[in-house]
Amino acid sequence: MKPGTTTAACVALLRRDFKLIWRRRGDALSPLLFAIIVVALFPLALGPETALLARIAAGTILVAVLLAMLLSLDTLFRSDLDDGSLEQLVLSPHPLSLLLACKIFVHWLTTALPLLAVAPLLAQLLHMPADVLSVLLASLALSTPLLSLIGAVCVALTVGMRRSGMLLALLVLPLIVPVLIFGAGACDAAQMGLAYTAPLLWLSAWLVVALVAAPLAAAAALKISLT
Amino acid sequence: MDPVLDESLPLLEAAALAYARNSEPVFGPIDFVLRAGEIVLVEGDNGSGKTTLLKVLSGLLAPTAGTVHLHGEPLTLARLSHQVALLGHLLGLKMELSTLENLNFAVGLGGIRAGITPKIALASVGLEGYEDQPVRTLSAGQRKRVALARLLLVPAGLWLLDEPFANLDRNGIELVNRVLDNHARRGGAALITSHGAYAYTSGTPRKLVLRVA
Repeated sequence: MKPGTTTAACVALLRRDFKLIWRRRGDALSPLLFAIIVVALFPLALGPETALLARIAAGTILVAVLLAMLLSLDTLFRSDLDDGSLEQLVLSPHPLSLLLACKIFVHWLTTALPLLAVAPLLAQLLHMPADVLSVLLASLALSTPLLSLIGAVCVALTVGMRRSGMLLALLVLPLIVPVLIFGAGACDAAQMGLAYTAPLLWLSAWLVVALVAAPLAAAAALKISLT
Repeated sequence: MDPVLDESLPLLEAAALAYARNSEPVFGPIDFVLRAGEIVLVEGDNGSGKTTLLKVLSGLLAPTAGTVHLHGEPLTLARLSHQVALLGHLLGLKMELSTLENLNFAVGLGGIRAGITPKIALASVGLEGYEDQPVRTLSAGQRKRVALARLLLVPAGLWLLDEPFANLDRNGIELVNRVLDNHARRGGAALITSHGAYAYTSGTPRKLVLRVA
């Protein structure tokens, strides 16, 4: 008998999750459309004043992207719970935290990466100065995986409940306030011509901590939710 | 079976095992021993804790009292490794994926027995030619067969089957019995729950009766 290796298990899980998302790619597009629409609402509500829009551009895009990701978080473990795959994951001989890390990676890649790709377009929509764009992309690249990781812990805690969507938002949003402050802070500093590396480095430091701690916490929370 | 394991020890041994949810007893305390090559039928009325017992034995739930030993070692989720396979009410199949894709994933996750492939497993549960069918398009009984094919693939000695006969036609029930017999002959063991409507028919299996607590 061949007891499969942990690498094989992770590869199998990644392949399965990518395949599932590809089969339901229409659903995967909705966070993207959501972010575009939310950002497009701001000029409509506030008027087409270039200076005002440029001032709020970075913050608006960050908030829209984080909210779009939050909407897709609820589905992270939901279908696996409903069809019993989650039990099989928990019962598998491999570390649950590693398997969940794979799932979180798939979530980030399929929701955050399209959002990152569309961010330059959103920046144009709000007349953001071109030289701030690289800082915005950097802070998005650091804050979106943080949201995926922190969000995964909260999803793991709430997945056992029905209608956990609003509760999830109430749990996740306060936790990502620091991420938002530092992400928007970096863009603000860049816009005013100040040094912006410090907030980005803070975000990087948190990302490193979250990369290690969040999958472990999510695994522990999931085991509690399943009982 | 793993050759390093001591065969003289019972596969599974439960002593004074009980589970309570919010201090409401669900089952137990019960004692039983399951040896290699044995099929034991867990009988009990609805709500007598059959499913909960299987969840405790699989390690998904921690028992409130008592101990479970697997090959003489205390049972923990971390120790279960490749030894236990659970087939619950939820089959753990992805509706959007084909039968073969589902089984390939199960093999990736749980490993594979020597001398079997996902295709052979599908053929032996009577689903030859359904390799590329999405599970969504299969009937409830056919989905159950796919889940049985998963049991044939993964190298687990102890099977915990929750109502394996539900949704199956007469051929399906015979199939489950045949699969269980083969598993027992290979030195495996199984604990199956049934509310009595469809029973395990080959031989006279030992019964473990749970009463509503």
